Amino acid sequence: MSAAAKNPAQPLIVGAGPAGIRAAATLVAAGLRPIVVDEAPACGGQIYRQPLVPDGRDARARYGSEAPKAKRLHGEFAALQDKLDYLPNSLVWNLADGIADVAMNGAHKRLVHDGLILATGAMDRILPVPGWTLPGVFSLGGSQIALKAQGCVIGSRVVFVGTGPLLYLVAWQYLKAGVKVVAVLDAAPFSARVAMVKALPGFPAIVLRGARFVAEMMMKGVAFHYGINKLRFEGTHRVEGVSFEVRGKPRHLSCDGAGFGLGLKSEAQLADLAGCRFAFNERDRVFLPETDEARRSSVPGVYLAGDGSGIAGADAAELSGERAALSLLDDRGLAVDRARVGLLERELRKIFAFRTVLEQSFPFPAHWIADLPGNTTVCRCEEIDVSTIRDAADHFGIVEMNRLKAVSRVGMGRCQGRVCGAAAAELLAAATGQPISAVGRLRGQAPVKPLPMSFAELALPAIGEAAE
Amino acid sequence: MKVDVAIIGGGLVGCSTALALRQKGLSVALLERGFCGAQASGTNYGGVRRQGRPTEQLPLAQRAHAVWPKLKQLIGIDGEFRRTGQLKLARNEAEMASLEAYARTAASTDLQLELIGSRALAERFPWVSRDVAFGASFSADDGQANPRLVSAGFAAAARRAGVAIFEQTPVLGVSREACGFLVEAQGKPAIRAMHLVNAAGAWAGPFADAFGEGVPLGRIYPSMIVTEPMKVFMTVNTGVEGGNVYARQVERGNCIIGGERGLARADDADFSRPTGSAVTRVMQRAVQLFPLLKGAHAIRFWSGTEGAMPDKNPVIGASRTTPDLIHAFGFSGAGFQIAPGVGEVIAELITTGETTTPIDAFSIDRFSVDAALGSGAGVFPQSLQSRGT
Repeated sequence: MSAAAKNPAQPLIVGAGPAGIRAAATLVAAGLRPIVVDEAPACGGQIYRQPLVPDGRDARARYGSEAPKAKRLHGEFAALQDKLDYLPNSLVWNLADGIADVAMNGAHKRLVHDGLILATGAMDRILPVPGWTLPGVFSLGGSQIALKAQGCVIGSRVVFVGTGPLLYLVAWQYLKAGVKVVAVLDAAPFSARVAMVKALPGFPAIVLRGARFVAEMMMKGVAFHYGINKLRFEGTHRVEGVSFEVRGKPRHLSCDGAGFGLGLKSEAQLADLAGCRFAFNERDRVFLPETDEARRSSVPGVYLAGDGSGIAGADAAELSGERAALSLLDDRGLAVDRARVGLLERELRKIFAFRTVLEQSFPFPAHWIADLPGNTTVCRCEEIDVSTIRDAADHFGIVEMNRLKAVSRVGMGRCQGRVCGAAAAELLAAATGQPISAVGRLRGQAPVKPLPMSFAELALPAIGEAAE
Repeated sequence: MKVDVAIIGGGLVGCSTALALRQKGLSVALLERGFCGAQASGTNYGGVRRQGRPTEQLPLAQRAHAVWPKLKQLIGIDGEFRRTGQLKLARNEAEMASLEAYARTAASTDLQLELIGSRALAERFPWVSRDVAFGASFSADDGQANPRLVSAGFAAAARRAGVAIFEQTPVLGVSREACGFLVEAQGKPAIRAMHLVNAAGAWAGPFADAFGEGVPLGRIYPSMIVTEPMKVFMTVNTGVEGGNVYARQVERGNCIIGGERGLARADDADFSRPTGSAVTRVMQRAVQLFPLLKGAHAIRFWSGTEGAMPDKNPVIGASRTTPDLIHAFGFSGAGFQIAPGVGEVIAELITTGETTTPIDAFSIDRFSVDAALGSGAGVFPQSLQSRGT
């Protein structure tokens, strides 16, 4: 960043979801001109994702109760367009020393930046089960994108399975869209849901909305099962049904589509490439980039906002996006409203406390690992199954994740372990009798997502001060 | 703990030495600051080639050449070793002249090289761009292997053979005693050994310093790219004269492409990453040289930390100051192929005091560097910090 000292480069925001939009608005309000890079063609992130082409549905139909927030954020970002540099359809694939490497429309661009806000969001957390790679089995997030952005559904008779608030939300959205929702299968026991009572006084709207979803679905004949085990998706060429156990009794349901997800996981690869220190998060059984209440990471000039540094939802993302931007301004010596800072941090603390209750209500079923048949695919990119991982760990005496990757290829493929990393860590921990925190995490490597080999031939002109 | 031999470093050199010593019946303890095979030995390109090596390395390379086809017997896996041949391309007349000169030098050795003109090149290797490649030198008996598996395989085989392997165990101090060596490692009881092998790769400097043998050991970081699996087209391990791009394709279909250098990480100098600018340049070169790569995706870049000497030759052999101490480090980005031979040579040196393979060119005293410490005993505060996750 020394080259930028005389003439500060623009701040860079990665992600144009609720956190990125709020951060951008805050920086613009203070007179800065940020660059906003986002993979999607339009702003909104996953939760307020916009359709690829207009499909005749209004915001209410698309976002339900969250429509006002979605419309506000979309509008706010649109109004900022001449005050920032917005690069949609663009992937930041590497970060180092104040430079971001960006793939944009199949071409290469380097951005020099001064101050980096990572608002990289989250993706579905998956634990492999037999049949999870069958066509017709979608992640919950994928099921929602199909509905929200593409105006299509994943099947005509659909089972939703997993755990977490998204499970109920997506099932309800499908029901509202006129799809036959056969059942909602929750990995968490019903008894876990009593934790929600604790959350009722602080967040009555959210808790009651969840209860309303369940009630409406029950009225429409959707079956609910809690504490399910031994889940398997079945079918020859695509999913035809789902089998599971409830209280030791085997059950089977027919379906032609399934949505599956076990909560969310942070997309933290860019924080890793930026050199941020990570710490193990006991609640979510995952390593997360460290951040303080002011959203500063361990690296000066790098700030973390939204679900990318720990799952807390869209409202928290907006708050932490603004908080991160205020830290950036503060660190540049610009004036910051201290009362606003205090308010943001108080609100965030409340949401984080609520989140802890939510996670208790929808615990991650780590115990499923023990039941997994050896031929279950774990890493679908590299086609590595459970027994290959267990055998490799045993044969080579492996106790750590990066070594497991080296000898088994798990996490080496196109997704670089974004999908299978958590499951592989659970498997290695179980196989070696270690706590999950002891097996470590896969070191992030560029590119964050696959890059066309030919893209380097086309170098784009610079924005701002970009130069080598 | 008392052993015949203590080895510092769990890379290919350390582990192949440990295995060879066990096979001769000696007791061995191996100390590794991180995990065996996690650095240069496991992160390199995977070229198994003699072609292009300086002639003084060829006898050692030839010895290793005999080990590679026997990996399955030796370590229980073949490490994906394939004798595919290695093709070195010239992109202009000067590069071709350089290949011809090397072939003349190698003619008196066991390395068989075949010079190929542009027409034959196009016929035999049609996936190489005719616009870029001018001619080539082909070494039919060289090949490639999977470093991740070979390095882990040697470590696992050494462990099974009875080597006491201590991973995540940085050595804090080594000293010569009246009889043998005292090795003090983090979190482990003291180890006493009759012989000591310094095979600590990029971390070997302080262990040489401790015995009054300062060396100009630097670090280099390879810069590697791997593509998604493609239909197999690249039948041989391929490089260019000068080395700024090289590539091979594994049976699964992924192309592994190297060239230029990475950088140490700012947050952990023992680990490194490719730079965005270097990988984009190498991707550009690779696509020009191998047009079939044009439609492929690169899915991952990586690097590793390698010890490097100014003359690009390793240090291999007995200490000049301290009896029963042997150094083997500084392989300068070209250690993978010769490492299994180095293990045999060191085991010979320890058991018989001599080796049948000429290694004089790799003597530690070829550099006139003032010993940094030279006290005959050393403690290394810089290695005290263990690696975080």
